Amino acid sequence: MAAATKVKAEEASSQGTDADEVINKLSLGNDELLHIYQVMLNVRHFEEQCNRAFRSDKVGGYLHLYIGQEAVSLGVLDVCKPGDQVLSSYRDHAHCIVLGSDPNKVMAEIFGKSTGVSRGKGGSMHLFDKAHGFAGGYGIVGGNVPLSVGLGWALKYNKTDNICVCYIGDGAMNNGAFHESLNMAALYKLPILYVLENNGYAMGTSVERSHANIDLGSRADSYNIPHRKVDGQDYFAVRGAVEEVVGEMRKNPYPYFLDVITYRYSGHGAADGAATQATYRTNEEIERWKQRDPLIVLSNVLRGKGLLDDELNSEMDAKAIELAKAAYDYADHSPVCEPSELYEDVYAD
Amino acid sequence: MAEVIMPKMGDSMEVGKLLSWRKQNGEQVKSGDIIAEIETDKSNVEIEAEEDGVLQTSVEAGAEVPVGATIATIGGASVATNGTAKSQSSSNGHSAAAVAIPAHDVVAPKPAAVSAAPTKDWGPTVNVKYSHAIRMALEEELNADPSVFLLGEEIGQYQGTFKITEGFLQTYGPDRIVDTPISEAGMVGLTVGAAMLGLRPVLEFMTFNFALVAWDQIINHAAKILYMSGGQFSVPCVLRGPGGVGTQLSAQHSQDLIHWYANTPGLKVVAPATPADAKGLLKAAIRDNNPVIFMEHAKLYGTKGDVPESTDFVIPIGVAEVKRSGKDVTIVTYSRGVVLSLAAAEELAKEGIDVEVIDLRSLQPFDIDTVIKSIQKTHRAVVVQEQWEAYGVAAEFSAQIMEKAFDYLDAPVARVAGAFVPMPYAKALEDIATPHEGDIIAAVKKTLERSI
Ligand SMILES: Cc1ncc(C[n+]2csc(CCOP(=O)(O)OP(=O)(O)O)c2C)c(N)n1
Ligand SMILES: [Mg+2]
Repeated sequence: MAAATKVKAEEASSQGTDADEVINKLSLGNDELLHIYQVMLNVRHFEEQCNRAFRSDKVGGYLHLYIGQEAVSLGVLDVCKPGDQVLSSYRDHAHCIVLGSDPNKVMAEIFGKSTGVSRGKGGSMHLFDKAHGFAGGYGIVGGNVPLSVGLGWALKYNKTDNICVCYIGDGAMNNGAFHESLNMAALYKLPILYVLENNGYAMGTSVERSHANIDLGSRADSYNIPHRKVDGQDYFAVRGAVEEVVGEMRKNPYPYFLDVITYRYSGHGAADGAATQATYRTNEEIERWKQRDPLIVLSNVLRGKGLLDDELNSEMDAKAIELAKAAYDYADHSPVCEPSELYEDVYAD
Repeated sequence: MAEVIMPKMGDSMEVGKLLSWRKQNGEQVKSGDIIAEIETDKSNVEIEAEEDGVLQTSVEAGAEVPVGATIATIGGASVATNGTAKSQSSSNGHSAAAVAIPAHDVVAPKPAAVSAAPTKDWGPTVNVKYSHAIRMALEEELNADPSVFLLGEEIGQYQGTFKITEGFLQTYGPDRIVDTPISEAGMVGLTVGAAMLGLRPVLEFMTFNFALVAWDQIINHAAKILYMSGGQFSVPCVLRGPGGVGTQLSAQHSQDLIHWYANTPGLKVVAPATPADAKGLLKAAIRDNNPVIFMEHAKLYGTKGDVPESTDFVIPIGVAEVKRSGKDVTIVTYSRGVVLSLAAAEELAKEGIDVEVIDLRSLQPFDIDTVIKSIQKTHRAVVVQEQWEAYGVAAEFSAQIMEKAFDYLDAPVARVAGAFVPMPYAKALEDIATPHEGDIIAAVKKTLERSI
């Protein structure tokens, strides 16, 4: 198991795109580059803050952290434009925040307050923010994939040039509905970008132990959907790959499948301790992947260009911590839901 | 000064055991230091210091501490040491819950009340958790019958999501303890197909919410193959796992859909409330020649009770049990509803109201005779369920009672059920969406107000 994932880590790093090439091609300015880094820091510290909140009993139920996978949210969603629709799983905080949701309201949702993005009804696993194109986080593994077909259908039907981005986990690909959906997406030529967050594990089950064909991207071949493998620890690799295909998808709708190789540093859920994780991965493996922390990979590029030094780095880090704390305070001080809200939104008027 | 509290590590956890202190009382600790190790239903967890300061422990190693209670403080050396436990009130009626809701005011099951079962000739017993009783049944049947095998997500190498199958893979090997992909329809198909050829598969759903992905295989295949084949193919299998409502798991992970299965001919449906029933009924389910839906409850996994050690301890499916006898009102319920009802009965007893609590244990087939016999004595009935009221278990039993005991009733049958909404995440809303002891007490009193 460990050996197989090690191969993947190396494979991922060798996929690393030349950042300069992407930066030049997209003419990303210095401010923009620093902004990307700031958002990534914000997402990281937001998750750390959620973890603390969970441990101090402010968060109920399940909490699934995104730490380690940040570049997959930013690299894809930075390409989105208003009107694009994004679907996620229960590991959805980053997607929502990167799309522009107010982190205070995201945290309030995670605390179950009526000031939350889903008014306290959904919680961590079910963030929704229509205004920012976030069509939801879903708790049933693979449950969001059929929805992508409908969103893609509507975007095409309405003659928009928008796309649907559907995030899925490697484990989710084993749900039968995944296959029905990809077939239909290609059959009806729908503008859907499937982003496989291939973090190597579904809870404690590695890709190797649950997929007969571990080249997950190649499954898209069965449905005539073009696909590509990308290094998910490298923002520019992800962004570059998405930029290359999205323009065409907007003009001539057709699905695309990105197999993004990444890794989650925290347990599957915030409740999973070291003993649980030891059943399926080693500390050495986690440490190896931490060498390729998306924040390190990105900051190295910025340092190389002379845009970032230690001083600025700690300034930006402090700012992200501030934001996360502010979100915590906002959520903590928000009032609890009123009983009268219980029966609201069961049916539309 | 920071309080260190017993963290809640998962939905089923209500108490945690403090295994060891890694830092000593009075020791200076730094933020990030591991200060203690705790044991939970799922795994052992290390607790980190969140601040720099002096550690003041307030519980001993080995203690069982409720979630949310303070186990230590970190601060200046001169600060008071006795951390105060957060409120752990164990009962909350609707109105109370709606007003002030502490973050984790979990309605704690009262295991003591459950184990106060009528004395039985069970032979030697062990006092174990509900989850362990399930494990006992699985182990005994795996040992007794080579055609039994288990399959499910994370049951093997991961040692089980709720540790029920811990060590099984090592003992029985990968042919009998099968780790599956997240493919519920395929898993149920495997189960049903293997059962058609005489094996006795026991499938674990990580939770019953995920059975919905496999509903075609369950309802349209498992339940009907014996009948459609004119009796040629039986389907002896068990589909088991936790169902019912959880704590802040939100709409897709918190619901009691047991009535859907009980509404389908061809399926047997079982829902134990106590460790002993869990063992005896699961053994019966595995030996049964039909597909059996065996719905556990994650909130019961940690409750303890005496369980017979005998490998011959089997409880027949379809037989209810009077868990508390009384003369004033009959409560009919199952699964966690039994725990809530027994707690409510204790409260009512203080006011001189003597409640009989019937644990249905099986919902299909169901034991209406025990219910009717009770109503002939009490003349009043309350049915308690976690699920939505409309078309639910209580609806069925109200009709059954009306048909078979109409003349004995002194008041209309009352129902206690969940609010007709998808389960909200917010604690404040969840509390009023789910039935509590207080609701049962109110319903019992309501039926007593009526007379003819
Ligand atoms: C249909 C279904 N089965 C099982 C589960 C329990 N479960 C939740 S997350 C998960 C693992 C999913 O892994 P993956 O798709 O790789 O996503 P990741 O957690 O790695 O982001 C499982 C088994 C579920 N939520 N839904
Ligand atoms: Mg995964």
